[in-house]
Amino acid sequence: MASTPNVRRARRSLVFLLVLIVGLAGLITYGVFRSDATWTPKLALDLQGGTQILLAAEQTDGQAVGGEQLQQAVSIIRQRVDAAGVSEAEITTQGSQHISVSIPGKADEATLQRIEASAKLDFRPVLATGIGVDMSQLAATTATGEDGTQTDEEKAAAEQAKADKAAAEKIVFGDAEDLYPDPLPEGAGDDAWLTPALQAKYDAFTCDMEAELNGTNAPADRPLITCDDTGAAKFLLGPVELSGDVITDATAGMETTQTGATTGSWNVQIIMNKKGAETFGKISTRLYGAESPKDQFAFVLDGRVLSAPAMQGQILDGRPSISGSFTQESSQALADQLKFGALPIDFTVQSQEDISATLGTSQLGAGLLAGLIGLLLVVVYSLFQYRALGSLTIASLVIAGVLTYLLLTFFSWRQGYRLSLAGVAGIIVAVGFTADSFIVYFERIRDALRDGFTIESAVEHGWKKAFRTVLASDGVNFLAAVILFILAVGNVKGFAFTLGLTTLVDVAVVALFTHPMMTLLARTRFYQSGHSFSGLDPRKLGAVYRGRAQFREPVVASKGAGKKVARSQKEAERRQTIAERKAAESAGATAGKES
Amino acid sequence: MARSFAEFGNALYTGEKSIDFIGRRKTWYAISIVLIILSIVGPMMRGGFTFGIEFTGGSQFQVHLADGQDRDPAIAEQAVAKVLPSSAPRVTLLGPTDVRVQTEALKEAENLDVTEALAQAYDVSDAEVTYSFIGPTWGQDITRQAFIALIVFIVFAAVVMMLYFRTWKMSLAAIVALLHDLIITAGIYGISGFEITPAAMIGFLTILGYSLYDTVVVFDKIRENTIPGELNERRTFGEAVNLGVNQTLVRSINTSIVALLPVGSILFIGAFVLGAGTLRDISLALFIGILVGAYSTIFIAAPTYAHLREGEPAIKRHDEKALRARGESVSEETASAKDVAAASE
Repeated sequence: MASTPNVRRARRSLVFLLVLIVGLAGLITYGVFRSDATWTPKLALDLQGGTQILLAAEQTDGQAVGGEQLQQAVSIIRQRVDAAGVSEAEITTQGSQHISVSIPGKADEATLQRIEASAKLDFRPVLATGIGVDMSQLAATTATGEDGTQTDEEKAAAEQAKADKAAAEKIVFGDAEDLYPDPLPEGAGDDAWLTPALQAKYDAFTCDMEAELNGTNAPADRPLITCDDTGAAKFLLGPVELSGDVITDATAGMETTQTGATTGSWNVQIIMNKKGAETFGKISTRLYGAESPKDQFAFVLDGRVLSAPAMQGQILDGRPSISGSFTQESSQALADQLKFGALPIDFTVQSQEDISATLGTSQLGAGLLAGLIGLLLVVVYSLFQYRALGSLTIASLVIAGVLTYLLLTFFSWRQGYRLSLAGVAGIIVAVGFTADSFIVYFERIRDALRDGFTIESAVEHGWKKAFRTVLASDGVNFLAAVILFILAVGNVKGFAFTLGLTTLVDVAVVALFTHPMMTLLARTRFYQSGHSFSGLDPRKLGAVYRGRAQFREPVVASKGAGKKVARSQKEAERRQTIAERKAAESAGATAGKES
Repeated sequence: MARSFAEFGNALYTGEKSIDFIGRRKTWYAISIVLIILSIVGPMMRGGFTFGIEFTGGSQFQVHLADGQDRDPAIAEQAVAKVLPSSAPRVTLLGPTDVRVQTEALKEAENLDVTEALAQAYDVSDAEVTYSFIGPTWGQDITRQAFIALIVFIVFAAVVMMLYFRTWKMSLAAIVALLHDLIITAGIYGISGFEITPAAMIGFLTILGYSLYDTVVVFDKIRENTIPGELNERRTFGEAVNLGVNQTLVRSINTSIVALLPVGSILFIGAFVLGAGTLRDISLALFIGILVGAYSTIFIAAPTYAHLREGEPAIKRHDEKALRARGESVSEETASAKDVAAASE
């Protein structure tokens, strides 16, 4: 059999599809051995068990948060969850103002409270600074020795360190009675805040205890013991002197000298409103020239010190700038934190769900079972309707399934996608939608056969028309999925994702597999001869009565009941050839039986 | 049963057998209007829709038991009463193994206490008790998002279809059918008292895609039959549209069945194996939506399109010509072209 351009094109498509599948599989195989890819898509919490919390982020004054602010809110939540020591938590934005937090296993109350607290940027004077890491503990860890064995001495040291830490924790978390001076000092930077009890508490504090301190809920009018972002330095801070909402803008830029030349280093410039400028002027006057560390002023976001620069002059215009060893990125990051942190964000729990691991497993099992039954029913139905062609449907569904599986696995490796129960539903629903495009295609081929085309040209003819339809209808479906994905909250997202993905896979499979296979099959004797089990038997399709080349316009449709029908039927009959009338009679009889 | 469904298709394709969808449109319109009125009045008479806990706010516990374990709801009621004497929990049995308990929104500590009490009462480990809490504003939020999604989708889809079909009338007819589907599906929910949950909302929104998908396929064929060059001289516009619907009828039935099979299987598994939950809620809305969507494409979208076009002067001229060619009285027929159903009574 000589290969026509159609056949060559069909072979090319099939090879391309094969390369695509093998390529994806290869990429994932590579990922499994060289990276952290897995052979199966990762599961969402509703299938795996865990806690899912949906937070709404809102400004404290009730205004909605903007896009960048939401990102900032996500990073705030991420820090909080990390600080709580939860591993593998997933924090994502949903819609325009929701944040979803997924935590494997059960979340304890402390973690939940920490997540819920509102984020606020405050300015506090520095009363004392120190190294955040416990030196004795550090010594104990290094003393464990490289060979892993411990001498008695080292053991004793480690024991001692442990005991020290326990004692320290007792001081830090114990309720000292005279923690705060009585009466309370007037100024926030007053030395009188440093009571012996507070000093002891501060001395005993190390940054690894910070998680328990709950700095996010620290009272504004009391001193705060906390750490910086890295946990390397600890601070004893006075009460809040100025709140972050006085910042109107913060930008990162190059530092300039008085003559306007750039020095080549980065800094962060802050612009405050009038009230802020006034208060900050007073503070800077007090701090400028004070003894270190009491010349430092800390910017505290969410209970952690973002930056604690020393005052290097009196700033009365409300335009302080922070310089230091900044890079472009780090100055930009700090500027963003100051700018967005200036607007206090409230988090309210919208929904929270704990799912036991056994329930998740049984849901997944039931979902897969439903999918399997659905698939089987579709297979049986298409074999019944389209005979041998049904097997092409099945093969196409298998290819679509393989592609979908590979893509989901790929996305869960590269993009952190997780398959949820709603996602499973999306896939099962897609089985039907995918099979739909084959039906549209096969019916078009049948139509072309009815119009008297040979099987090979019917396949080409049917394909041209069917592909347009498939593209249009899948386009509409994809549009629905995209809009759902962008706007939706909660588990709608997972459903929309798989629905959109499978719609794309559907188009790819129809174009790259079903049609090329059909082109090749149309050349086999089985289909050429119009075998009665081929599903494309021209005789059964009513084509034989007309002969190959003869074209017949369909008869005018009747218009319902009454005299008119009789008349137009007579009219139609008059125009029919004898052979056609026969065909009409037999078709009418069979259809009549059915109705 | 016909010897073959394909043969039934042949007869429909050639026009040997034809079901008059367009001519009797008044009947379909009347049926749909009655259904729509029922869909609006029915839920009101029942006292509104039944909303899931996601919309009202509250706490929900689900206890997973071993097969055959005693699931007496009284056990749950007593357990909750011990922790919260004033609460009136709603206890439902889910599937063959689960018990669901719904209460008003509880504080975190109370939630933990109830979880523990339920685990003890049914003698299972804490891990078998699933808990969820939904704030009272959550439902408002998703409803708002769903409405935005609905409007954005309709606007986009209308524009896309207008560009694809190059006529706003097809686009309008498709959107009319879509709204018809949404109202009736929602009505069925309202009347039957099925709970509206976020998962059901997903189902509703997916109907959007499916309803239009189905309409697009049929309209594609109709367009083919009615483009100026193709429009048969002996056929009125309405008849050409009707032929298009008939020619795609077998396909419509096949695709609807194929779409319903998997959805039905999720519905079955979701309802009988898992009990209420995401799977059942999505698939129930879809199942109803696909049925209504298939109906509306044939009985509402296509007739509406024919209706919208028949008033155009060019179409009128063509119809007159076609009828004259068939030797039928023009004056009688133009009257009936406007009002086929009435004339054929």
